[in-house]
Amino acid sequence: MPAEIEAGNSLWSGAWHRLKQNRLALGGGLTVIAMGLVCAIGPLFAQSYEDQNLDLGAVGPRAAHWLGTDTLGRDLFARILYGGRISLMVGLVATFVALVIGVSYGAIAGYVGGKVDAAMMRIVDILYALPFTIFVILLMVFFGRNIFLLFFAIGAVEWLTMARIVRGQVLSIKKMEFIEAARALGFGRRRIIFRHVIPNVLGPIIVYTTLTIPAVMLLEAFLSFLGLGVQPPMSSWGALIKDGADKMEEFWWLLVFPGGIFSLTLFSLNFLGDGLRDALDVRSAKD
Amino acid sequence: MLRYIGRRLLEAIPVMLVIITGTFFMQRFVPGGPFTAEKAVTPEVERNLEAYYHLNDPLWKQYVDYLWDLTPKRFHPLALTQGFDLKEAFGIDFRPSFKYPNRTVNEIIADKLPVSLELGLLSLGVALAIGLPLGILAAVKRNSWIDYICSSVAMTGICVPTFVLGPILVLVFAIHLGWFNASGWYGPIDRVLPSLTLGSVYAAYIARLTRGGFLEVLHQDYIRTARAKGASEARVIFRHALRGGLLPVVSFLGPAVAGILTGSFVIETIFQIPGLGREFVNSAFNRDYTLILGTVILYAGFIIALNLVVDVVQVWMNPKLKFE
Repeated sequence: MPAEIEAGNSLWSGAWHRLKQNRLALGGGLTVIAMGLVCAIGPLFAQSYEDQNLDLGAVGPRAAHWLGTDTLGRDLFARILYGGRISLMVGLVATFVALVIGVSYGAIAGYVGGKVDAAMMRIVDILYALPFTIFVILLMVFFGRNIFLLFFAIGAVEWLTMARIVRGQVLSIKKMEFIEAARALGFGRRRIIFRHVIPNVLGPIIVYTTLTIPAVMLLEAFLSFLGLGVQPPMSSWGALIKDGADKMEEFWWLLVFPGGIFSLTLFSLNFLGDGLRDALDVRSAKD
Repeated sequence: MLRYIGRRLLEAIPVMLVIITGTFFMQRFVPGGPFTAEKAVTPEVERNLEAYYHLNDPLWKQYVDYLWDLTPKRFHPLALTQGFDLKEAFGIDFRPSFKYPNRTVNEIIADKLPVSLELGLLSLGVALAIGLPLGILAAVKRNSWIDYICSSVAMTGICVPTFVLGPILVLVFAIHLGWFNASGWYGPIDRVLPSLTLGSVYAAYIARLTRGGFLEVLHQDYIRTARAKGASEARVIFRHALRGGLLPVVSFLGPAVAGILTGSFVIETIFQIPGLGREFVNSAFNRDYTLILGTVILYAGFIIALNLVVDVVQVWMNPKLKFE
């Protein structure tokens, strides 16, 4: 009888399987994707987020304006969609900045080892101890509220954790034979680090990236709440929440809807990240 | 252990120097000075102002003078009990504020720091009082619906930011139900909402960490031994598992306090609390150089000291760690 051909079972397919079983993480992932799509495409179809209708003023949810309007008569639903674009974009770009800096730093420190590693990690330890948020606030105040500076400043806060994690992973991979083989073949250090080591530590990198995005979004919203984030006419969920908090006594929907959607997105991202972590970590105790 | 502490303190000095220098020069090289936002002053007045704040001295002299003023020159910590004047206690002089020329930064700190300290301590208390039981409960009843609820509540705490939770709490409990004032810091009842808001996020993290720590510990053999010897579940938890299970929480305390500190900026803004956090943000907007420097140095020094304490406590609690 011919033997059945079994499908292979790599790290990724096993992880995917476990992830699919985790309903919370799946739900989270789908929500995030849906949110992203709606925010990206939605503004094209929804009402304008800029049109003011001063006669109308702020009114609650109704047929014409699903989530109500703000004090200038602008449709809140459209503003939330548009703000979502900015918030999600800041989340992705700043996380990307943190990713690039953190992974490179951690991989180099871990691979090179020795005194260089010790020095680099000492710097990370010291920086970790400092309240970076304070410096970001100072940066934003002093050097203007440019959105690119925002990306960079927020990314600069989050790269430390990524660097530590990557370094840990690299240290454990370093001893493996395929790295030794690459060295024996004469590959330079840079090639080994970027083309052999890093692709093999992608698992934890993906997990922490997914968990960094909500942290970054939170920081952006925090800054916006203090008046240091994106500036009008651009708007983000953080700015909408601030506006809502100021006016919540009379117009509760201005706070509740942006706040709720923001929290929902963070929820989803966190559940997804947790699920990924459980799925990729083959050593975690089975519940 | 003393050598470790000494070494850490020595390491802290260059860090503080970098922070002081960095902040000092960042302000000087920034477009616009402290007086450009005010209405235009006559040249004579401007000259006097610049002389008062030593802005005309060469930059290196300003820097050196400032460093000298900052160095602790005496040691009377008991003076702190009579009012938080760092000048009395340690000889640290932060000089007059730019925005409020007749008040020194020391005075401003002495006024506002106690408020922020109270808020911070209460929030930390809330975080521990809610987070620890929640986490222990979730760990002990693992995978039951109790665990599920506790973990979800914890997740909510992490995902709903303070500046969303705070206003919503105010909306529900202060405005609609009228149980509390919407803002202010007058009586004990005003402490409730702010510390709940600020503490809830950290309660969530502590709950998750406690749950994880306890789950790890509860698997260990020595717990099994205790149970086999007939110890009640309560005794197992509190006498045997607690020490190990709390470890992740202790190491989290460092970042937690740092977070409470920065979180206070937002809480003080929402609840109109006259604390140092709000003063710091305002001083940044106002380009009040001395006040900015003073608060940054205060915060940074505090966090460095706190991290040292946390590290020492960790080694003391965990027999597997040693002072390097």
